[in-house]
Amino acid sequence: MVETASSKAHKDKAKAAAAKPAAFGEDIDLGAYASSTEEQPSQIDPSKLPAKAKERMLGAGVILDDPGQRAGTFIQMDNAPVHSSVRQEGVEVMAVSQALRKYDWLLDYWWRTVAVDTDKYTASVELNQHNGYFIRTLPGHKTIYPVQACLYLARAQLAQNVHNIIIAEENSELHIITGCTTASNEEAGLHLGVSEFYIKKGAKVTFTMIHNWNPEVAVRPRTGVMIEENGLFLSNYVLMKPVRSLQMYPTARCVGENAVVRFNSILVASPGSSLDVGSRAILDAKGAKTEIISRAITNGGSIVARGYIEGNAPDVKGHLECRGLILTGEGTIHAIPELKGTLAGIDLSHEAAVGKIAEEEVEYLMTRGLTRSEATATIVRGFLRVDIEGLPPLLGAELQRAIEASEKDLM
Amino acid sequence: MGDVALSIEQLTVEVEGREILHNTNLEMKLGETHVLFGPNGSGKTTLLMAIMGFPKYRVTRGKIVFKGQDITTLTLDERARLGIGMSFQRPPVVRGVKMRDMVAACLRDQKSEGRINQLAEETNLADFLDREINYGFSGGELKRSELMQLLAQKPELTLIDEPESGVDLVNIALIGELINKLLEKDCPILERRCMGLIITHTGHILDYVNARTGYIMCNGVIGCSGDPHEILATIREKGYEECIKCFLRRASGG
Repeated sequence: MVETASSKAHKDKAKAAAAKPAAFGEDIDLGAYASSTEEQPSQIDPSKLPAKAKERMLGAGVILDDPGQRAGTFIQMDNAPVHSSVRQEGVEVMAVSQALRKYDWLLDYWWRTVAVDTDKYTASVELNQHNGYFIRTLPGHKTIYPVQACLYLARAQLAQNVHNIIIAEENSELHIITGCTTASNEEAGLHLGVSEFYIKKGAKVTFTMIHNWNPEVAVRPRTGVMIEENGLFLSNYVLMKPVRSLQMYPTARCVGENAVVRFNSILVASPGSSLDVGSRAILDAKGAKTEIISRAITNGGSIVARGYIEGNAPDVKGHLECRGLILTGEGTIHAIPELKGTLAGIDLSHEAAVGKIAEEEVEYLMTRGLTRSEATATIVRGFLRVDIEGLPPLLGAELQRAIEASEKDLM
Repeated sequence: MGDVALSIEQLTVEVEGREILHNTNLEMKLGETHVLFGPNGSGKTTLLMAIMGFPKYRVTRGKIVFKGQDITTLTLDERARLGIGMSFQRPPVVRGVKMRDMVAACLRDQKSEGRINQLAEETNLADFLDREINYGFSGGELKRSELMQLLAQKPELTLIDEPESGVDLVNIALIGELINKLLEKDCPILERRCMGLIITHTGHILDYVNARTGYIMCNGVIGCSGDPHEILATIREKGYEECIKCFLRRASGG
């Protein structure tokens, strides 16, 4: 069992917020899910995990048969960590429970970027927390290959509560790919994940998250990011497979001068999927910059695509771009871009567009000899292509492959 | 002389319920280039769009025969695969789709990295291969991008809508050169197979591209045909107003 790390104050706040609904998204009945603390056998060699689990994890970008492509690996099944390993000096990867035992100071990072009483989901993580990952790069160390983390829902009807802490010490560079998935294609489950990122001076973190749930799973990630002077946080989020209900609104706060945050999201809502996904950037320091880009496609599900940029310091710059494509008559996309400026000398902008595939474009491609379905597929593929600045080429190619692998389900 | 490869017979076309093209006839033989003159709104683009097969341009009477096959009811892509291509006056932007992918699609089974790069060099678009199609392109860049795609596609009949519009003097020479290449102007006349039907409002393209026949379109009909340079000289001297008057005279039997 995981030792409790938080102070009594956190617990008290969590208890007070235990029934507090989230600001957005459908209210999930937490009582409908089981809370398990069952241990899982740990696995030193992750390639020996069951083939089916490995296949599901691979679908979410987690490679277990070729560790050479990863700087480290963390795997948690339900609420129990089963593997953590590191292949590069200057990188730490372990279960957060272990990290709490190892580092007294880790408590200083607990609930600093996400308020424990944000809603009943954060409260539930505090009150029922069963691990999560701790990933840290030491000062000046740069990972070449990404660290991978997988949060795997194995048992049906289970609530998975995780609290992850990611720290990039000064002038370090850390690439993370995290895949979240389920054993079953159909059983219900709940994933509650708190992730707190601390990007110190001059550090760079890229965080690529591929979600591969099933049509019965509800997901409530709660993410906070703090970026110090000249730091960079780049988030790429991909959800192309069905999920019942997903709501998240990660918030990045640029607290140091010239800090940069970029969010890219690719969302596909299948029939029965309800997504409410946003990205929020608070620019609190001079010269901070952000870019938030989302591409949303529905072929029958509903999407609320939010974006929020707040400029509170001189010379900050932010741009928000939200484009939505409705492939069938059934789906809905609601784009809600918001900008807030609190002083002169800031530069914030947004563009949003929601529509169907333009017939003019389809016909144009058809005059070059493409059939109607080839032309449509080409346009959809183009729509989903986001050129991501700052992502290592290997990771960029992997991300593109993951997107392309799911594209055919859309047609 | 070659065989008739394109035959437009008594073609009547309506757009959104309004008849634009009336009872139009036109014939082209293999290897020939023809030019359509006419004032704005005379139906030139409608004729090209109808030949290409855009569904919005509905043929209500007559037929289009290409290489012996009645193509009047074929779809856009079927016509493209039979060997008809089009250079648009104002092609749409397709966000996210790279020029490189488009040229590769046009090349079909001939596609290779080397061929794509070679075409980009020829059209002076080497820096554009990784850009989204037509996004932020200037007038000249748009035309060169259209011609690059067509050089990859290699149609036997190319429909070219206003190749000189929005193009500066530096670009027009290169555009003329690319059209000549597309229409196999370097081949001996008797061996040429590629045909071109070019719309020109100003006639500037004739300084660079030779054509066998010219037509003047007015109010949805082809009014007259003849040597393109002679027609252009008349238009330059007397303007389209005189053409319209001439049509009206003949239409009323005067």
